[in-house]
Amino acid sequence: MAALLQTHNLTAFYGDFQALFGIDFEIATGEIVAIIGANGAGKSTFLKTLTGLIKTQKDAVQLEGDGIGGVPPHDLVARGIAMVPEGRRLFPSLSVEENLTIGAYAKRGGPWTLERVYATFPVLSERRRNPGTALSGGQQQMVAIGRALMANPKLLICDELSLGLAPVVIKEIYEAIPKITAEGITAIIVEQDVAVAKRVSHRLYCFQEGRVSLTGESSKTPMEDISKAYFGI
Amino acid sequence: MFTWIDTILQGVMLGGLYALFAMGLSLMFGVMRLVNTAHGDFVLLAAFAGFVITDTLHVSPFVAMALVIPLAFGVGYIVQRGVLNYTISKDPLPSLVVTFGMSIVIQNLLLELFSADTRSISAGGIETQSIPLVEGLAVGVLPLMIFLAALAATLGFQWLFGNTSLGRAFRATSDDREAASLMGINNVHIYALATAIAVGVLGVAGVFHGMRTTIAPTDGPAQLIYAFEAVIIGGMGSFWGTFAGGIILGVAQAIGFRVDPGWGILVGHLVFILVLLFKPSGLFPKTR
Repeated sequence: MAALLQTHNLTAFYGDFQALFGIDFEIATGEIVAIIGANGAGKSTFLKTLTGLIKTQKDAVQLEGDGIGGVPPHDLVARGIAMVPEGRRLFPSLSVEENLTIGAYAKRGGPWTLERVYATFPVLSERRRNPGTALSGGQQQMVAIGRALMANPKLLICDELSLGLAPVVIKEIYEAIPKITAEGITAIIVEQDVAVAKRVSHRLYCFQEGRVSLTGESSKTPMEDISKAYFGI
Repeated sequence: MFTWIDTILQGVMLGGLYALFAMGLSLMFGVMRLVNTAHGDFVLLAAFAGFVITDTLHVSPFVAMALVIPLAFGVGYIVQRGVLNYTISKDPLPSLVVTFGMSIVIQNLLLELFSADTRSISAGGIETQSIPLVEGLAVGVLPLMIFLAALAATLGFQWLFGNTSLGRAFRATSDDREAASLMGINNVHIYALATAIAVGVLGVAGVFHGMRTTIAPTDGPAQLIYAFEAVIIGGMGSFWGTFAGGIILGVAQAIGFRVDPGWGILVGHLVFILVLLFKPSGLFPKTR
């Protein structure tokens, strides 16, 4: 299957500091790919290059064969890349419903509508008039996921869905994932919890110090290999 | 007794003009955290544009206003997109310095074109008409129009912010510019639209200002102060607050003028300082 998105020898810098050293990555339509790795391994930087927040060489990132490195974020949303950012980053002055509505700002049509998001996360429907930030952490994460889905993306990118959430809430959020993926969605999931990442993904990449230290099918990659790749021992 | 009611009424009407001045300042600060110190000079720019149009084309000032509004909107868009967008950062200083520079440029441009003489936009007689309310109490037609325009602008801004896709984009960009860009919002364009609307309203305010009183090229900074005081008195982040701030400033000045013609402006400043002292967040602060 042709890759929906691939990177080839992708590098990224913060000023003089190099954060990524030649990442080769690909994801096919319908796949869920997990990226795991310790803090500072370059996971978030990698996502920033995919969403246009960090500029890279044009052809280092390709969406359906087109070089998109350096394209500004808002254009990438219009082309079908939506993101659930780390720490959720809901808009405090917007209500829950407005937060969701603004996800559809790029006006890409598709299956995801307000009704569908409310059907997926019924609790949000009850609290639609509340400010987004008045919700519990787990509910806020649902808003952030719903907001990204409202863009009807070809590729959904989730950064650290479980960050700062209680285990029971993390479980609840990941239980909604099959509902979201039922009709086929392509997603990159960055996750610190390796067990969770393995369970929800088809394939995984392990990052270590700005390089890919391991890649393989999630179900067939033994935990020992992951530990070695994770810590670099 | 009537004289005091009259004073307050005239103050409210005057406050309408200050509210019109202040609305755009409030919008730009709300969306971009940008304090446009050239705001008052844009008022004068619009007023002189209105003067030139009525003077050369011999049309009604309202026709001139209809022409100046889109012109001001366009100027606002270009200024933001071409200049001010490059000054926006966590540091408020670059935008302050650049808008201060623009203020000087506009004043000198107007001086160059119109000299230091005062001018006025002829309103064709309505500036002297009034509507009698009761015996001994009347309201001027022009001040009433200005007040109603301010009311309409406030309602319009509130509706735009609360109920439209553009308004949501304004608020989202104001909250978190980077997250907004991840929603597909082009903040460069959104910022330019905010300034375009802010300066567009000055098309109305400037022409009214020129009809109401005499104008000179260096009047801008004084208008900026009134607009700024209205925003601070009302409280940042709420258009109704800005409207109320304008009215309070207008009434304070009118009362000052009534007591002693030399005190009007001063009493306005004093009220502003009292608000800063006792309620620095403004009288009607609200997070949008």
